[in-house]
Amino acid sequence: MDLYKKTAHELSSLLQKREVSSEELTRSVLDRINKVEEKVKAFVTVTGEQALEQAREIDEKRARGEAMSPLAGIPMAMKDNICTKGVTTTCASKILYNFVPPYNATVTEKLLEAGTILLGKCNMDEFAMGSSNENSGFFPTRNPHDLSAVPGGSSGGAAAAVAADEAVFTLGSDTGGSIRQPAAFCGVVGLKPTYGYVPRYGLIAYASSLDQIGPLTKDITDCALVLNVIAGHDPKDSTSAPVEVPDFTRYLVDDVKGLKIGIPKEYMGEGIDPRIAAYLKQAAAKLEELGAVCEEVSLPHTEYALPAYYIIASAEASSNLARYDGVRYGLRVEAEDVISMFCKTRSQGFGEEVKRRIMLGTYALSSGYYDAYYLKALKVRTLIKRDFDQAFLKYDCLLTPTSPTTAFKFGEKVNDPLAMYLSDVCTIPINLAGVPGLSLPFGTVEGLPVGIQFIGKPFGEGTLLRVGYALEQNTDLTKPKAQMEGVI
Amino acid sequence: MKITVKDVEHVALLARLDLTEQDKEKYTQSLNAILEYMEKLNQIDTSNVEPTAHVLPLKNVFREDKLHRTMDKELVLANAPEEEDGCFKVPRIV
Repeated sequence: MDLYKKTAHELSSLLQKREVSSEELTRSVLDRINKVEEKVKAFVTVTGEQALEQAREIDEKRARGEAMSPLAGIPMAMKDNICTKGVTTTCASKILYNFVPPYNATVTEKLLEAGTILLGKCNMDEFAMGSSNENSGFFPTRNPHDLSAVPGGSSGGAAAAVAADEAVFTLGSDTGGSIRQPAAFCGVVGLKPTYGYVPRYGLIAYASSLDQIGPLTKDITDCALVLNVIAGHDPKDSTSAPVEVPDFTRYLVDDVKGLKIGIPKEYMGEGIDPRIAAYLKQAAAKLEELGAVCEEVSLPHTEYALPAYYIIASAEASSNLARYDGVRYGLRVEAEDVISMFCKTRSQGFGEEVKRRIMLGTYALSSGYYDAYYLKALKVRTLIKRDFDQAFLKYDCLLTPTSPTTAFKFGEKVNDPLAMYLSDVCTIPINLAGVPGLSLPFGTVEGLPVGIQFIGKPFGEGTLLRVGYALEQNTDLTKPKAQMEGVI
Repeated sequence: MKITVKDVEHVALLARLDLTEQDKEKYTQSLNAILEYMEKLNQIDTSNVEPTAHVLPLKNVFREDKLHRTMDKELVLANAPEEEDGCFKVPRIV
């Protein structure tokens, strides 16, 4: 039995019936990592021995008859910008290559309390800045569907690990699409929750008003199970929303009757691969067949989201990344005086894209340019948020492509920052508005997965899970995996 | 607003980054291309629009003014590139 191929809910059932042990399951996934990791390179760190030890502890607890969460004993991995006590957390940056956090992120703590098994830390674009994983300070991760294609970014390692069955599920972070775009490229489910729904304590900050942690899973049911564990108010995070969290599995019903779904016309025009647009229409037709109502809607300020995003994100990054100076942790490059030490450390420690965004942000915040760039971008953010507020007066959720194209080839966009930024054009507005977005696999183009995105009202994750589940139950297009056989 | 190599040097100084001559040229070019794209924002009138710095309607969050146990000093210093007598050590400042 290839345990590593199964979903968390399938495995949970086997574990509860004592048909398999967590140790057996963890060994199966670690063997899978050993087999394919050389090709995929999804992990920065693998904690095999620790994982097996954890699995044995869970098995003992189960044998004693202790109450267990549905995810107890399930092996998972985390993007390497989420702090794990005692396990190196590098942000895929040379500047943090040796950083061992003395504490767990809240999401780490919650998942460990739920009895999940940490397999290791996943590769990413350095400090979550990038859309292809080519900006990792260590090595690029490859797309398990086509090793010459990128896995997307910045949670490319986390998405590739799930797609390649090297983890049952993973956690990523999403600042402008960093969970959803790699989920689309790798053919897995990815959810960016409402801002404030999942605690950010222990997430190494890139752009604090946009960053959000979320799950990458093999299907919608797993997504609901993981969200059940990680969502909820956290007093350690001052931006955590004090709202009740429902049991998300309640939304796993094969019924979308009467649901009103808007399709924003601005996401269907120029730049969108027509084959992806065709899949989107097919998804809408299927939802209508199931009883939903799909209509065209307009979000008129969409075209301004990308420039506003890059100003806001870079400005916040320039401030957040000021802490990497070689004094308290990470890389230090020795120098005669302290200012030279800061400069040398930061110059050698940060990669090219990180430096570009720090400089862009510093420029946008500097005297004389603040109003022209930063303040202007914040005002445009208001207009983008209003577009969504307006649309949600009429619609329960919106449907768009996740990415304008399928996964591109290595090197195709790496020397053209603007072209790279455009690959996040469908996901970025969602972060600016703080609303949730779910990417669901829906078909393939030339063997590469396509992702469709559902956008919800604030704290409307349940509706997104409901439409995703209905599509999963009624079409095979949500399972692009068969194409991967023979690649890895 | 075109930026020059001199602007890039100034921003790099503010950001505490050492750049080579080649880097300066490269970043001047790429930042200009990006900033030119950002000019798109000037196509819309935002004079009567309030800025949104944050999407949640949150005010300052306070906790009770109570003493808590802090992290052990050894643990805090464990990641330090250099420490001495329980302090982070850096090169001379003056």
